[in-house]
Amino acid sequence: MPLNEAAMRTLISAAAEEVIAHAQELTALDQAIGDGDHGINMKRGFEAVLGKLDVIAAQPAGDAVKSVGKTLVMTVGGASGPLYGSFFMALGDAITAGKRLPEDLAEAFASGVEAVSKRGKSRAGEKTMLDVLTPVLDTLRSEAGRPDLPRRLCKVASEAAEKTAPMLATKGRASFLGERSIGHVDPGARSSCVLVHAICNALEARA
Amino acid sequence: MKKFINSVDSFLSESLAGFAAIHHDIVALGDTGTFVRRASKPNGKVALVSGGGSGHEPLHAGFVGKGMLDAACPGQVFTSPTPDQITAAASAVAGEKGVLFIVKNYAGDRMNFEMAAELHDGPTATIVTDDDVAVENSTWTTGRRGVAGTVIVEKIVGAAAEEGGSLESLKALGDEVNARTRSIGVALTSCTVPAAGKPTFALEEDEMEMGVGIHGEPGRRRVKLAPAKAIAAEMMAAVLEDLGKAGFSEGQVVLLVNGFGGTPSLELYLMAAMARVELERRGFAVARGLVGSYVTSLEMAGLSLTVSAADERLLALWDAPVRTAALNWG
Repeated sequence: MPLNEAAMRTLISAAAEEVIAHAQELTALDQAIGDGDHGINMKRGFEAVLGKLDVIAAQPAGDAVKSVGKTLVMTVGGASGPLYGSFFMALGDAITAGKRLPEDLAEAFASGVEAVSKRGKSRAGEKTMLDVLTPVLDTLRSEAGRPDLPRRLCKVASEAAEKTAPMLATKGRASFLGERSIGHVDPGARSSCVLVHAICNALEARA
Repeated sequence: MKKFINSVDSFLSESLAGFAAIHHDIVALGDTGTFVRRASKPNGKVALVSGGGSGHEPLHAGFVGKGMLDAACPGQVFTSPTPDQITAAASAVAGEKGVLFIVKNYAGDRMNFEMAAELHDGPTATIVTDDDVAVENSTWTTGRRGVAGTVIVEKIVGAAAEEGGSLESLKALGDEVNARTRSIGVALTSCTVPAAGKPTFALEEDEMEMGVGIHGEPGRRRVKLAPAKAIAAEMMAAVLEDLGKAGFSEGQVVLLVNGFGGTPSLELYLMAAMARVELERRGFAVARGLVGSYVTSLEMAGLSLTVSAADERLLALWDAPVRTAALNWG
């Protein structure tokens, strides 16, 4: 699907609306192993994105994605702002630098994941959003050709988010709980899963 | 949820407007409305900029003023401020000698201040405070949290900055004070974040949360409430064992008994008495004490005990004049 203004508008608003719809769930997850503000912060950030949707969608695709990132950095706060902000800013830069979609999607997505890893000084296995983003990236790399890729990515993301429940948190606020962090899904993993689902559902609907 | 509030959305801006208006002789609201700065103009010294989530007042805006901070950036409740807020504050107060950020060790605070330092045009340095001993095994976590000990760092570095210290020497001093300071907290209740509408965690009538953080996040252990003497003994044992490992096992200390917002002064001073007994038993002398609610967690009932190993030089800086909304002496 060409990344024209209409497409960007659809994808960005789908992502934003899904996060906003899940705000209470994310807050509940964050109350269990954090300080209860993940849903509130993400909702504020994506509402700000929706507020600027006209301006953002009118930009070239790479700039648009980068603007989503910048908006999130300036409005979300906490750890999620810099992390999600860095993801979208790097993804936007990759598209601007010439990565074509969908052919180079895995590579572009990899730029985003690497930016999160670098900013947060972490990698998969530490009970964070990377525990969803990394398997999603692996699937993009290894199963790019399959016709039901969006469905497959949704499944990978959901399973990956659930798999964070038994993990011991070693990053972020959850890490202060030690073993009490076990048994709860990581809020950042869940919000990453929500975003993946939103984008994939929107792509399927347009296909 | 029973709070003095008009709406969740206006809560912070209304409070900040009140703070800046009442203390107009000390502070001014920054032109973006997203930070608080000294009312007086920068005078060429190193600018001290701090910040963090709202909900810990008076930390940090209450410490803006002569002898302490030059600017403070309040984020949403318990949420780190964003890089644009921090760079706006830094630009407003920076002089030739640069900007020194004082950042509490939380992933969000560190990342947002790091991004701001990357964006700021001019020399910067950063002190990270991580005085909380509650997190037992720092290999497996993001490291220890920065809590009430941050006040001691801000006071001492603030005094040295007024004397004209360089960016490098002030950072070294701050890192040193941080390394000499240990804290631990205990909660009797949770707190309610306005936007969430209900308490972050639930404690039974006979329970306390040992090793609690300052954001309403649960601590390490939930145990039965004990008499004050026993609570103080356990807390001081944790703090002093850790200070001992760092080479501080006797001598003068600054003791900060910090209320989390929901605990009366009577109880804070009672715990100060218990803490002092524990200190003197082990060969420490409380050279200076500060008791009150300085690093709060909204309305949480609870407190933290902070011990900072001192010497004559550090005590002189502690005693140096300060004129902020929350601390005023000399």
